[in-house]
Amino acid sequence: MKGRLAVGLALAALATVHLAALCAGFLAPYAPLEQTRALPYAPPTRLHFVDAEGRFHLRPFVYAIADPSGAGEAYQEDRRQPYPLRFLVPAVDATGAATTGKRLLGVDEPARVFLLGTDGLGRDQLSRLLHGARISLLAGLLATVLSLGLGWLLGTLAGFYGHGLDAVLMRSAELFLALPWLYLLFAVRAALPLHIAPAQAFLLLVLVIGLVDWARPARLVRGVVLSARERSYVLAARGFGASDFHLIRRHIAPQTLGLLLTQAALLVPQYILAEVTLSFLGLGVSEPVPSWGNMLAALQRYHVLTSYWWMWVPGLALVPVFLAYYALAEALRRRAGPAAL
Amino acid sequence: MTRLARRAGQGLLLLAGVSVLSFVLIDLAPGDFFAEMRLDPRIEPATLQALRSRYGLDRPLPERYLRWLGSLATGELGYSFAYGGPVGPLLWPRARNTLVLTATATVLAWALAVPLGAWWATRRGGPVDAVLAGLTATLLAVPDLVLVLGLLLLAVRTGWLPAGGMVSVGHEQMLWGEGMRDLASHLVLPVTALVLGALPVLTRYVRASVAETLRAPFVRAARAHGIPELRILLHHALPAAANPLISLFGLSLAGLLSMSLLVEVVTSWPGLGPLLLEAILARDVYLVLGPVLASTLLLLAGNLLADALLLATDPRIRSEDA
Repeated sequence: MKGRLAVGLALAALATVHLAALCAGFLAPYAPLEQTRALPYAPPTRLHFVDAEGRFHLRPFVYAIADPSGAGEAYQEDRRQPYPLRFLVPAVDATGAATTGKRLLGVDEPARVFLLGTDGLGRDQLSRLLHGARISLLAGLLATVLSLGLGWLLGTLAGFYGHGLDAVLMRSAELFLALPWLYLLFAVRAALPLHIAPAQAFLLLVLVIGLVDWARPARLVRGVVLSARERSYVLAARGFGASDFHLIRRHIAPQTLGLLLTQAALLVPQYILAEVTLSFLGLGVSEPVPSWGNMLAALQRYHVLTSYWWMWVPGLALVPVFLAYYALAEALRRRAGPAAL
Repeated sequence: MTRLARRAGQGLLLLAGVSVLSFVLIDLAPGDFFAEMRLDPRIEPATLQALRSRYGLDRPLPERYLRWLGSLATGELGYSFAYGGPVGPLLWPRARNTLVLTATATVLAWALAVPLGAWWATRRGGPVDAVLAGLTATLLAVPDLVLVLGLLLLAVRTGWLPAGGMVSVGHEQMLWGEGMRDLASHLVLPVTALVLGALPVLTRYVRASVAETLRAPFVRAARAHGIPELRILLHHALPAAANPLISLFGLSLAGLLSMSLLVEVVTSWPGLGPLLLEAILARDVYLVLGPVLASTLLLLAGNLLADALLLATDPRIRSEDA
């Protein structure tokens, strides 16, 4: 019962996060590239309900902020003019021109609503977080599909046909497993052009992460296939003249499903982290397109690390996502039994 | 002994395979170290061509690989264009630093994980079980990157620990004891990050394997003989659980080495990680190859150590070997 509640919570959390990433265009108050150069490292905007005269407003409002020193360190609210929060405002793009669609939140100029503050170029952290989630979460999912797909195919072939093919595939799997994973990832990344457009970089990153890690799932799948191949009902089907394709599709593949699901729940967070790590080190998706990794890269400067807590938000956002995925993996493993470890 | 020799032989073959694989991979990369110079109008294409042929970059792949193998024999491991010298002398001090870091972290992580996991295994279903389960699950979900950045923040904010690097300025002039203390204080931050990263997984594995042996019939028999619980744990269950744990030891090294790549870069520890990153960004082909191979070598050495330990602790394997 307790386990079921945890799985429910985990699934709900994951659904929320992915839905938020999907609806980033609507939920984000600003375009991810829109800069407010006058407000670098602005702290999260405070929502007020009670104005300077002590009157209560049901609709929350914000004050415009400014930094009289100009150094971006001592922002002060201008309490003379409240700006009520507006809902379902028309969207504008990074240059301020109107685009199609609506946004959930907005506020009249010159006030700004930065619920999670701004980065060094005055870009809204919340908007970048939501748009960056698309990149980081999608990279994890796509890379998992790729690595599990390839691992499943090679593992099934090795386990089903055995002999020479098995030996070749498993020796090359050992080759891939002999390297520390991140070093291998870096070595492959080194083989790719350094300065590429963000969209290309994203695809390359997914390819690299997905293709480098096929060996572990392949070995696990091979083990399951090896034992499934010798079951009596498979032998019986073979005796009736079933083709290899039919045997794999009807009798072998379903056996590997539990393992694949458990592995997926374990691999997705690992690959999200791989994207974040590579982008953090400047080898992944590059500026100005936001990803959780390149947003965190700002923390490499000590004054950002120590002074602006809201720059940590992408890193903190990873924690609940990982917790949810691991809870899911645990539950799947328990359901699939000890064989799916 | 034959078992160890066989494993060492396999390791060498694997190393050769990895070197070919990475050589081919890196060769696929578009552009080389001199590609950036092409943009400089002051350098003539003929000069670039001459530079390439001087360093043998215009040769076919197999010839370059053989040349590289030849330079391996002299300990040079190819030529770094960015540093203008052979890779070997650059690589070994870095590999030593990574070894210092990961070895310390491995020893500490295991020294903590084994007692903690064993204790946890004896406390099934109590509050200790729940607390440890929650704690390890949370720690598992904190990404390595956030962990090391958080520790760095702590170090910078409080000033208790040096925030990066391996030694202080003037380390050469220090006396031996003083120098070691300086090194140790620099080790605390990266080692803590590595240990905290590895601990949840290790503790969970130790708990699982000790719990399994505690359910075994021979433990029940020992209990029936009235042997105290602590003695059962230390003398009967732990040695029996050692086999899967030592196998895990080899695997845990791979994880620690991977994580130390990131930790080294963030805390500016002068190990293999920063060298590799620098080499990738400079397109310095042979300098990329060096850290990758050195990390493989470290991993293989660790696995060999695990094998030797297994041989020393498990009589079943010894009799197989004879």
